[in-house]
Amino acid sequence: MKLAKDYNSVMGRSADIMKASLGLDFNDFESGSVAFDYEGLMEATGYTIEEIDKIQSRTGVGHTQLLELRNITALARKYAKPGYGARILVKDEAANASGSFKDRRAACAVAHAKKLGYKGVIAATSGNYGAAVASQAAMQGMKCIIVQECYDSKGVGQPEIVEKARKCEALGAEVIQLTVGPELFYEHLSVMEDSGYFNASLYSPFGIAGVETLGYEIAMDCRERFGKDPEMVVCTQAGGGMVTGTARGLIKAGATNTEVVAASIDLTGLHMASDEQFNKKSCTTGHTGFGVPHATNPDTGDVPRSAARPLRYMDRYVTTTQGEVMYMTEMLANLEGLERGPAGNTALAAAFALAQELPEDAILVVTETEYTGAGKHIQPQLAFARENGIEIVFGDPKDDVPGKNIVLPADPGLFKVKDLDLDKQRKSLIKRSVPRANGKKLTAQDIEFLVADTRSDEAFVKAALDELGVEY
Amino acid sequence: MAKKGDWVRIHKVILPAAERTAKLPDDTKKVDFEMWVKGTLQNETAEIGDDVTIVTAVGREEVGKLLEVDPYYTHSYGKFVPEIIEIDKQLRGIMKFGGEN
Repeated sequence: MKLAKDYNSVMGRSADIMKASLGLDFNDFESGSVAFDYEGLMEATGYTIEEIDKIQSRTGVGHTQLLELRNITALARKYAKPGYGARILVKDEAANASGSFKDRRAACAVAHAKKLGYKGVIAATSGNYGAAVASQAAMQGMKCIIVQECYDSKGVGQPEIVEKARKCEALGAEVIQLTVGPELFYEHLSVMEDSGYFNASLYSPFGIAGVETLGYEIAMDCRERFGKDPEMVVCTQAGGGMVTGTARGLIKAGATNTEVVAASIDLTGLHMASDEQFNKKSCTTGHTGFGVPHATNPDTGDVPRSAARPLRYMDRYVTTTQGEVMYMTEMLANLEGLERGPAGNTALAAAFALAQELPEDAILVVTETEYTGAGKHIQPQLAFARENGIEIVFGDPKDDVPGKNIVLPADPGLFKVKDLDLDKQRKSLIKRSVPRANGKKLTAQDIEFLVADTRSDEAFVKAALDELGVEY
Repeated sequence: MAKKGDWVRIHKVILPAAERTAKLPDDTKKVDFEMWVKGTLQNETAEIGDDVTIVTAVGREEVGKLLEVDPYYTHSYGKFVPEIIEIDKQLRGIMKFGGEN
């Protein structure tokens, strides 16, 4: 019998489609309430960090250079108080096979799909992850479909996303391009169901386990070169996989005193599902439009439970601006001889300000760079912004208004970060978790889970629940 | 005119605006949910705008309106943005590369 493929029918079968497409039953980890067995889910991947390292090494992924940015460090010190300005290093993840740290996630997911006997892999992403999955699928002899949110209703696409579509096709994938809207998930499920391909979700435990090697390598490299763990690691925060995987890798290496800072571009005020505002943003990832929802409500993606749970791991969550990231991208090219893509420099823009808070002997590691190319470069992105009526000016980045202007720092001394209130994020996560109890009292296990999921304590979680009038 | 075996790009409305039931901002509710995909044309011949069938890169069959034959990318390094030159000058000035600013 042919299955009905209308919206409601497909969405109604989503649990079954996801189960079949992941070879993993998430119900095995559910408690029936708010809590689920997160570590159990991560262990279910069945791969040790050594095995993941082997999988990645076989396909040109990982063990990227940790480059010291000497000129950028020297520049940051000019604006720091005497004796301050940490040494800034960057993991050159652009050197991975498809040009970003996403190869780490894809290598693991595609290898697992192959082991389970799937014919192909499918991923929903407008970002570098598409190229990563396509590249890994090519290396491992599998078919690949990438589903992209790409255009507004006028058929105008962000140059950055169009470039990613090109790259996926160059690597042999089929690219399904869509207009703005969460119905992407419907199309994704529908094609997943028909093709029987593996759901190489960004948020599966296989993907997140793949990022652990990044944190592990950073700790090992720093110990070898500097005889200590880094004082601070700065990760770009979008879907939460970078923060989660890197922090887990640092912990696995025993680097438990390293401060993990998440950084997103502040796009407050722009609605991510708005057709009209889609092309008013000038960075398509690494921004708060993804970063905040994925931190406070991780289980909304294309898997029943997300393995990316950044609030468990971040010590701070800071924002930077589009103008600072664009300026930083030019700085990296001009002062360090490294031409890399803008979105990957979100954490670096934040790091330039954060380094000034740390003493000169401190080590600050930025976790990534990404490839650059036509469309995915500050010139086309700024030109596109200007064509879309965005004002580009030199000034103080604090005057940045997403969707209206891009304020390039008039002076490098104007780079600043803004700390987001983590307690507010934690309370938001707790609020969004409560409906899973279906009106029942939260259990002791639920409280314990929320403590871990928000990296807080019992008193904090109970106070937040009291505020919501939720019984436990 | 396109003929069987040509590499083409098609367009399809997946959900007309009226059938979009997801939680959406008002401006997005007003527009269709659309799709574009490429593949090998299966019809013997077709004109732009015709309903056609294609086979995609992974071998999937898909239907839609014929939009382009021999589709190609036009994204680029963009038009000149003078601010980029200003950034370069400023940074080189502060860092005194070559001992000069």
